[in-house]
Amino acid sequence: MSTGQQTPTEQQSLSEEYRRRESSITLSSESAGQGETHELLTINIGPHHPSTHGVLRLLATLEGEVVRDIKPIVGYVHTGIEKTAEDKAYWKVIPVVERMDYLSYYFNAMAFCGAVESLLGIEVPPRAQYLRVIHLELNRIASHLVWLGTSALDLGAISMFWYTFRDRELVLDLFEMSSGQRMHTRYIQVGGVFEDIPRGFERKLRQFLKLMPTRADQYADLFEKNQIVIERLRNTGVVDRDTLLKLGVTGPLLRAAGEPWDLRKAHPYSSYDHFDFKIPVGTVGDNYDRFRVRHAEFYESVKIVEQALDGLPEGPFITTDRKVALPPRHELATSMEALIHHFKLVTEGFRVPTGEAYYPIESPRGELGCFVRSDGSAKPARVHMRDPSFVNLQALEPMVKDGYIADLIATLAMLDPILGGIDR
Amino acid sequence: MPDATELELTAQELRDVHSESILDTSFHRDRATLIANPKLIREVLGHLQGKGYTMIASLHGVDYYPEEPRLGVLYEMLDMKRVDRISVKARVSIDDPHIPSVVDMFPTADFPEREVYDMFGVVFDGHPDLRRILMPEDYEGYPQRRDFPVGGEPVLFTYNEEQGYGKYA
Repeated sequence: MSTGQQTPTEQQSLSEEYRRRESSITLSSESAGQGETHELLTINIGPHHPSTHGVLRLLATLEGEVVRDIKPIVGYVHTGIEKTAEDKAYWKVIPVVERMDYLSYYFNAMAFCGAVESLLGIEVPPRAQYLRVIHLELNRIASHLVWLGTSALDLGAISMFWYTFRDRELVLDLFEMSSGQRMHTRYIQVGGVFEDIPRGFERKLRQFLKLMPTRADQYADLFEKNQIVIERLRNTGVVDRDTLLKLGVTGPLLRAAGEPWDLRKAHPYSSYDHFDFKIPVGTVGDNYDRFRVRHAEFYESVKIVEQALDGLPEGPFITTDRKVALPPRHELATSMEALIHHFKLVTEGFRVPTGEAYYPIESPRGELGCFVRSDGSAKPARVHMRDPSFVNLQALEPMVKDGYIADLIATLAMLDPILGGIDR
Repeated sequence: MPDATELELTAQELRDVHSESILDTSFHRDRATLIANPKLIREVLGHLQGKGYTMIASLHGVDYYPEEPRLGVLYEMLDMKRVDRISVKARVSIDDPHIPSVVDMFPTADFPEREVYDMFGVVFDGHPDLRRILMPEDYEGYPQRRDFPVGGEPVLFTYNEEQGYGKYA
């Protein structure tokens, strides 16, 4: 084609031709032996491979181009975060656990703080809950933006990456404004949040909320109007709902298969029941649905943040319980009691009554649960994160088995595993 | 979450079927826990599965040092229809850290059981592929146990690289 332009009919016929040739290839399993014609080839993908989204190693057994078996091997970025957490006072654990799933740091902090709060039995003020929701949903948008950009990169489309990272910068700027950090913000504290939102934050956030839906429309156009992307995603990596449920898969992967399971609706925490939003679900459970579900969550997250910003209640942004939260700075100059509280908190930290708690929340990848066991001291006796990436990775085998190796890359991109969360 | 009464009723149901299955119950800050006999853990989880708790949301290990029996395996069961959670705890000792695997009943338990084995040394009998998952294959010791020190691993520099560590140290 000299002009580079294709008419719809030409596109149609090209697509049909492609489909015809594709269907002529048989995926039926022939007994794979040692013969000259079908021999199994075991290859190693990763751990240092750009399309594995981190340091994931895959042992793939191939018959020609068809994946017959796959074994994910993890642990390359295991840093013993759960062990380290046992050696730190409760509030010093927050920055440590934030580094597990490094794209959804607010969620890690939220799960941990929620578990500690339920052990302490303290109430979080309404304003803090709303501020948490605003930041959690912004973080969800940022996390999905990284997923969208890197997934497109795996499918061979580089421009999407620049666009999504451009918009992620806007979210990171907002994080920097409210907490002073762009990543691993330590914004969510036990009992509330670290600081109230600064002046000018609301204006900047509203600008972003106005911009984001139009940007999401553009992404949809970039993907939807690209025949190659559609061909690569549609009907690849299909796994039905029941298999996913058995494998414990949660989050967008499960919703793409038609199960409307979302903890924000099913078991609301942090005032999620105050907001009006929908749960996007898919029908088939293929890679295209996974893209669609996550993409639709951009709009829903924007809606939630808008409502939270409109209805932001007045009041304290952190609990007034001085045994848990630091007293305001100005009190230190006048109140001896405040000084004692400050000193106790900064040196020893606060003690948590004996007990165990499991606090699940809906992270961008599924159910993120934090288990905390307290033995009554100022350090947790056990911190465990049920990371959705770790559990969801078990679904990789049914997703890619008896499919092409090219679809393996697409499926892995749509699975969206974060190795920091898997290995902890 | 089931309330304290419902928890007791569930425990009684289980005791009616297998008299030895439930050793104790605990209800603390809205968290309902069944303390199960590790030998009968498959029966307990199977019964709960039949009651609607079809998913193990999380499976993790805990070291209760210095209490005995030291190790605990926790199953956070989830009923997705009623949106209800109940946790099952089975305690095993360091000397005989064996518990039946539930991978065939709950395929989601595969990786988490391997992690508990890796970190605490709990052996899940009947697991199809019980290997270390996060630590290196040839690693010795169980790092999440409370008597394993933080930083118990020597850092390799040029002056001590000859000595190595682990099995060949």
